[in-house]
Amino acid sequence: MSPSPLLSAFRSSLSEAWASGAGVLLPLGFFAGTAALVPFTLGSEAELLSRVGPGILWLALALSSMVTLERVFQADLQDGALDLWLQDAGSISLIAAIKTLTHWLVSGFPLVLLTPLIGFMLGVPPEKMVPAMLGYAMGGLVFFLWGGVAAALSASVARAGLLIALIALPLYVPALIFGVQMVDAGMASPSFLFLCACTLFALGVAPAAMGAALRLAAE
Amino acid sequence: MSDPVLLTGHGLGAVRGERILFRDVSIDAAPGELILLRGVNGSGKTTLLRQLAGLSEPQAGEVERAGLHHWIGHTNGLKAHETPRSHLKHWAQIWGSDADLPAILSDMGMTRPADVPCRMLSAGQKRRTALSRLKVQDRKLWLLDEPFNALDTDGQAHLAEMIETHRAAGGAVIAALHGTAPVSATQEVVL
Repeated sequence: MSPSPLLSAFRSSLSEAWASGAGVLLPLGFFAGTAALVPFTLGSEAELLSRVGPGILWLALALSSMVTLERVFQADLQDGALDLWLQDAGSISLIAAIKTLTHWLVSGFPLVLLTPLIGFMLGVPPEKMVPAMLGYAMGGLVFFLWGGVAAALSASVARAGLLIALIALPLYVPALIFGVQMVDAGMASPSFLFLCACTLFALGVAPAAMGAALRLAAE
Repeated sequence: MSDPVLLTGHGLGAVRGERILFRDVSIDAAPGELILLRGVNGSGKTTLLRQLAGLSEPQAGEVERAGLHHWIGHTNGLKAHETPRSHLKHWAQIWGSDADLPAILSDMGMTRPADVPCRMLSAGQKRRTALSRLKVQDRKLWLLDEPFNALDTDGQAHLAEMIETHRAAGGAVIAALHGTAPVSATQEVVL
């Protein structure tokens, strides 16, 4: 397969995200909102917040990754674009991967950039911020990939948001465990390597799963 | 010369729930043919067409296609934010085609609305945009699901003419159709 279909898929996903306007900002708002609520529930004691801060951010990241996933494949199924993608044999998996990665770039990566601000608010120590951001970038990728699988599986279900959460959340667990540990233990720790492994595994397996699920959805 | 048949479907069948939708349907599409799939609503025309297109796995029988085909389903495959021009450009890029898109748009009577987002187009204009894809790349086999839907008299005549030209050039068309057909078929499959 030549690269041009993949480039076109990337470009069309970008313009789709752009056209949906506020949809891109939604996860950002959700992320900031969730994290900002924490001091109200746990109390504003600075020492406590700086201890739980990175973990709270992981949780907020996992939840906000699912905010806009519902429409990623559902729209393609409803408007018939999926049928057109499936015509040209073979690489629906690659197309699905590109769509998910674009989605991560548009609504996942901004979360990483927002991290220092919210981390500062929660009193996360500055020296932990860089490993935390790297972890969020990689963990976010894992979340979006498994979330993409859940979205593909539930593409034909109306109001699939909750179903996506039910399917995807258990798949988030390994990345969450190693991610939280890695923020504490730093980048020279085994946890970081395990987080890398989680990311690579998701990159390898999720596209094939999305492809199979989309074929099934089109039937 | 290799096998000239563009598509062979053999012993096709489909089941909906506990009901047999159709069974033992065989179709051969040779160059120049126009095959119409006829039947009342719910008789399985779309299901059969999707099996022929490889979009769904036949529950019985098998389908063989000689090459790529064009698919125009009952949904147009347009995004709400796309314009007819950007839609054609998108698929031309994917298919690696360097077709003259402005000429195609003008031929389909879509020059004026070419830069209007599809959510603002009429049903007929959307249909015309989808049908424009047939001209973006030369593919021998066209699979069309109710292609005349939503088109005005002028559009119907134009599509009929497109189909005739395509057949004359050695292409084949399989279309699911209800009502009277503005084209004369070489074969009818009644479900």
